[in-house]
Amino acid sequence: MDVLLQQILNGLILGSLYAMVALGYTMVYGILELINFAHGEIVMLGAMVAVSVLALLTALGVPVPLALLAALTAAVAVCVATGVLVERVAYRPLRNAPRLAPLITAIGVSIVLQNLAMIFWGRQYLSFPPVLDIQIYEFAGATITNVQILIVAVAAVTMGGLLLLVQRTRLGRAMRATAQNREVAGLMGVDVNRVIAATFAVGSALAAVAGLLIAAYYGIAHYNMGFILGLKAFSAAVLGGIGNIPGALLGGLLLGVIESLGAGYIGDLTGGFLGSHYQDIFAFFILILVLIFRPSGLLGERVADRA
Amino acid sequence: MMKPGCKGRRALVIFICVNLRSFADNSFLRMTNFLSDRIYRDPRIARIAFVALGALLLVLPFLVEAGLGRTWVRILDFAMLYVMLALGLNIVVGYAGLLDLGYVAFYAVGAYFYAILASPQFGLHLPWWALLPTGAGIACLFGVMLGAPTLRLRGDYLAIVTLGFGEIIRIFLNNLNAPVNVTNGPQGINMIDPVTLGGAALTRPMDLFGLTISGAHAHYYLFLGLTLLVVFIAFRLQDSRIGRAWAAIREDEVAAEAMGINTRNVKLLAFAMGATFGGLGGGLFAAFQGFVSPESFTLMESIMILCMVVLGGMGHIPGVILGALLVTMLPELLRYIGPLQQELIGHVVVDPSDLRMLLFGIGLVVVMLFRPQGLWPSPVRARELKPDNPDQVHQEQEALYDAER
Repeated sequence: MDVLLQQILNGLILGSLYAMVALGYTMVYGILELINFAHGEIVMLGAMVAVSVLALLTALGVPVPLALLAALTAAVAVCVATGVLVERVAYRPLRNAPRLAPLITAIGVSIVLQNLAMIFWGRQYLSFPPVLDIQIYEFAGATITNVQILIVAVAAVTMGGLLLLVQRTRLGRAMRATAQNREVAGLMGVDVNRVIAATFAVGSALAAVAGLLIAAYYGIAHYNMGFILGLKAFSAAVLGGIGNIPGALLGGLLLGVIESLGAGYIGDLTGGFLGSHYQDIFAFFILILVLIFRPSGLLGERVADRA
Repeated sequence: MMKPGCKGRRALVIFICVNLRSFADNSFLRMTNFLSDRIYRDPRIARIAFVALGALLLVLPFLVEAGLGRTWVRILDFAMLYVMLALGLNIVVGYAGLLDLGYVAFYAVGAYFYAILASPQFGLHLPWWALLPTGAGIACLFGVMLGAPTLRLRGDYLAIVTLGFGEIIRIFLNNLNAPVNVTNGPQGINMIDPVTLGGAALTRPMDLFGLTISGAHAHYYLFLGLTLLVVFIAFRLQDSRIGRAWAAIREDEVAAEAMGINTRNVKLLAFAMGATFGGLGGGLFAAFQGFVSPESFTLMESIMILCMVVLGGMGHIPGVILGALLVTMLPELLRYIGPLQQELIGHVVVDPSDLRMLLFGIGLVVVMLFRPQGLWPSPVRARELKPDNPDQVHQEQEALYDAER
């Protein structure tokens, strides 16, 4: 078995999940210049709802494809409602406030969501019901399961849909206009508040899909999973150039590969001093390095202002 | 038909209503301002107030023990510790306006530095009076190391980078038990030497003038002394040239730079100063607790300290002290919620300890939305954030917004 190829493959699968979450950060940042701290928690919410609904329905004997669809729908509904509510309650009133104010409420919201989930679902891990028959395929010396292929396929289709939405539809044009200049877009007849709410809704829907896929990938969901995931996805968005949609895709995939290769080889590189349990620090190191040396990210053309 | 004089009366009623409303809005603020004005301006009242406060602080642990029990003395000790930490973070967040979400990293550095060099972990037992200041110095060094490359970033990026730094430190603490066991991993370090006084450990009860002083009481006085020192430093910093430079940077960095302030160095100084206090707090925590583990240094701890600063009033020392006391004391009241649920509903629905962080989260959101200046803001800050004429704010913000473009 080819270890390098296997690690790269794992990295790409993980990376497609990061990319989906990173899109949510990048879209909100593009429009509001706000780091939506609570986005990771929305992914967590999506995963928890999806796993609960799926477990409930399969226990009732509902056919698997139908149960999956219902779980997805429920997760999307809950996440979109939460995302829009959070925007309305915690961000909109502070749109003209000093920059730190919405960031602090975002942290507050993220803690609230996390703790509500903990009270509602408890502290234990929810396991993804074994509804999918796992088949393993050999591919040029590396292995991939059908679930992993499904994850990548769903992620690709969803992100393709998002690109179409942003580039081809009226709403997408309104989003791009708002991102460029909120005041002028308003003068041109764009209902800015609705567009911003729609951005949060779309980002949250992506988060819901990502949540379901992540739960399927790891086989578990936990109230605590959103925080670290959100940070990594944010790092991915910054790596690609925050506010830039293709950048989020690229950043997500790259981060996934770097993490997976790093975790695989860090032991050899440091002579056994650091082991694979340091996997989580790569995202932060990349984040810090990118912010220091190229704050606009790989694909970002605007130089981030340093005021 | 209107009677003559009716108009005048109506005007009077409106006048009273309007004034009542504005009084209700600002009554707490006015009361505190009035009090502090009186204390600042009238030296006689100030002297009496200080003597009364000093006496109260001296006998407080005994009052608390008599009224609420020994546990509350320990809670009081922790409250003091958090006052120090919050004042340290206040330098970074409140004075210089830099959002630091990884403050707990410096706290952890101080705590582990003390723990490793004064415990059976390596068989080293260096004296506390050497370790506490060195630990603060090491934390300061970490602050400079993190601050030097990142402080040119914009505020929200800085927040995320500091957060990431906090996580990196925690991951290292968790995993540095192999191949060389430095931090003892998730188990943490045990049996840390306490602070000693004349050869006697401060954790043991001691007799002083026929009065038995328990460990909790002794630590209270130690922490009280250091807290007063930190408060003193914080006040002096605030009114110093550096303090004014911090305020200038907080209000408008471009203008501050134009006025000849070396913004990078001054920001770095704020960061390092905050980290120093964090390191000192960490060392004290390790000595007081006798045990450290990565569990104590999570992001939630950072956010709790941030909560103290924001809730109390960013940049206002009495406000931050109030915030720290509230945030440490109030969750202790939550333990009464369990029995209350039992009585009202018949069984415990929500574990009270689960509610703690939830309430902090709600607190952060509510304070930022409805009282961004905090519970007890400095008079200047309060006027800025809530001027008499709302249009003025709008104009100022518009101007600010244009400047940011």
